[in-house]
Amino acid sequence: MSPRETAPQADFFRGVWRENPVLIQMLGLCPALAVTNTVENSLWMGLATFFVLTGSSFIVSLIKKLIPGEVRIPTFILIIATFVTVADMSLEAIVPTVHKQLGAFVALIVVNCMILSRQEAFAAKRPLGRSLLDAFGTGLGFIVALVMMGAIREVLGNGTLMGFSLFGPNFEPWVIFILPPGGFLTLGFWLLLLNWFQKWRTERAKVRAWPEGVGAPPERKAA
Amino acid sequence: MGEVFWILVSAMVVNNFTLYYFLGLCPFMGVSARVETAVRMGMANIFVMTMASLCAWFLNTFILPHAPYLRLISFIVVIASFVQIVEMVIKKVSPKLFRQLGIYLPLITTNCAILGLALFQTNRGYGLIQGLSFAVGAGLGLTLALVLMASIRETGELSDVPSIAKGMALVLIIAGSLSLAFMGFAGLLSAT
Repeated sequence: MSPRETAPQADFFRGVWRENPVLIQMLGLCPALAVTNTVENSLWMGLATFFVLTGSSFIVSLIKKLIPGEVRIPTFILIIATFVTVADMSLEAIVPTVHKQLGAFVALIVVNCMILSRQEAFAAKRPLGRSLLDAFGTGLGFIVALVMMGAIREVLGNGTLMGFSLFGPNFEPWVIFILPPGGFLTLGFWLLLLNWFQKWRTERAKVRAWPEGVGAPPERKAA
Repeated sequence: MGEVFWILVSAMVVNNFTLYYFLGLCPFMGVSARVETAVRMGMANIFVMTMASLCAWFLNTFILPHAPYLRLISFIVVIASFVQIVEMVIKKVSPKLFRQLGIYLPLITTNCAILGLALFQTNRGYGLIQGLSFAVGAGLGLTLALVLMASIRETGELSDVPSIAKGMALVLIIAGSLSLAFMGFAGLLSAT
C-alpha cells in the first residue's frame, strides 16, 4: 500500500482547515468540549496536544521500521503516554493554575483519538519531514478549533476575552455557555454555521458555472 | 453505606460522565443510532469500567507509591491488556455473550471514559468499595445517556430537519439539551 503523493505544503494545510481534526473529522471531541470554557484554557490545552502530537509523530516516524506490525498500536500508545506525562508535568510547573483547571483532561490526551489516528494514518508510513509537517498542521488545526470554541464560550458565558472585560459591568453573563451544555451547543452551532457556509459556496459555484436556462447543473463531485 | 450510595448516584446522574465530563463521546456519537446497540454498549461499558476500577485500585495501592510518574503509562497498559484478557476469557467461556458484545469490547479500550474513571478515582482518593460504586454509577450513567440519545434519534429519524443540521450538528445540539436537562440533578447533591 503505497501512500498517495502530496505536496509538502498540502500536508501542512490539510490539517489546519480542510480536514480540521475537530470541526470536520470530529476527532478529539472530549478535550474540545471539556476544557474550552475560557480562551486561556483552550490555548494551553491546544499547545499541550500540539506538543504531544508533534513529539509522538517524530518518534513514530523515526522508528517506524523497528515497530512490528502486530504491536504497533500499543507501541504508539506507549510513546504518546510518555509525551503526555512530560506535558502534564511541564504544565504543572509552568502554569499551575491552568493545570489545576484542566485537571485530569491533560492526562486524557493519551486517549485522544486524533493523535493515534495521525500516527496510524500518517507518521507510520511517511518520511520524517512529512510526518512533522502533518503533525504541525493537525496540531495547529486543533488549536484553532479549540480557540474558536473557547472564544465564543468565554465571551458569551463570562463577558470577557482572555480575561479582559468586553461589555462593562452591566453585562449579565450567559452562564450556561461556560457550563457543560454550552460545550455541546457551541460546537453544534459552529457546525451549523460551517455547513451553511459550505452549502452557500457550493450553490454559488453552481449558479456561476450554469447560468439560468442552460439546463440542470451536473452533480458536483464531493470535494 | 450512605456515602457509597451517594457516590453511585452522583456519578450516574449529577456528574454524568458523558453529559458533564464529556467522556466516552465516541460511542455516544457513534453507536447511539439504535436503542438495542446502545443498551449493549452500555452493558459492556459497565463491566469494563468495574474491572478498570479494580485494576486502578490495585495499581494505586501496591505499585504506584513507588513510582508515581508511571501512573498514566501503567494505567493505559494495564487497562488495555485487561480488556484483551477479558475478551479472550469471554470468548472461551460464553461465545454467545461474546457475539453479542461484538466489536464493542475491543473498542472500549480506547474509550476515554475508562481511563478517565481510573484517573478521577485516583485524584479523589477513593478506596476499593468507593471506587467500585463509582465505576458502577459511571457505567450506569453512560448507559442512561446512550439510551436516551438513541431513543431521541430513533424517534426523530423521519422528521424533516434542515439539510445543514443533518448529522453531527443535530446530535450535538440534542446532546446539549440533554446535558441542560441533567443539570437539573445538580440540586440533588445538597438535598441530603
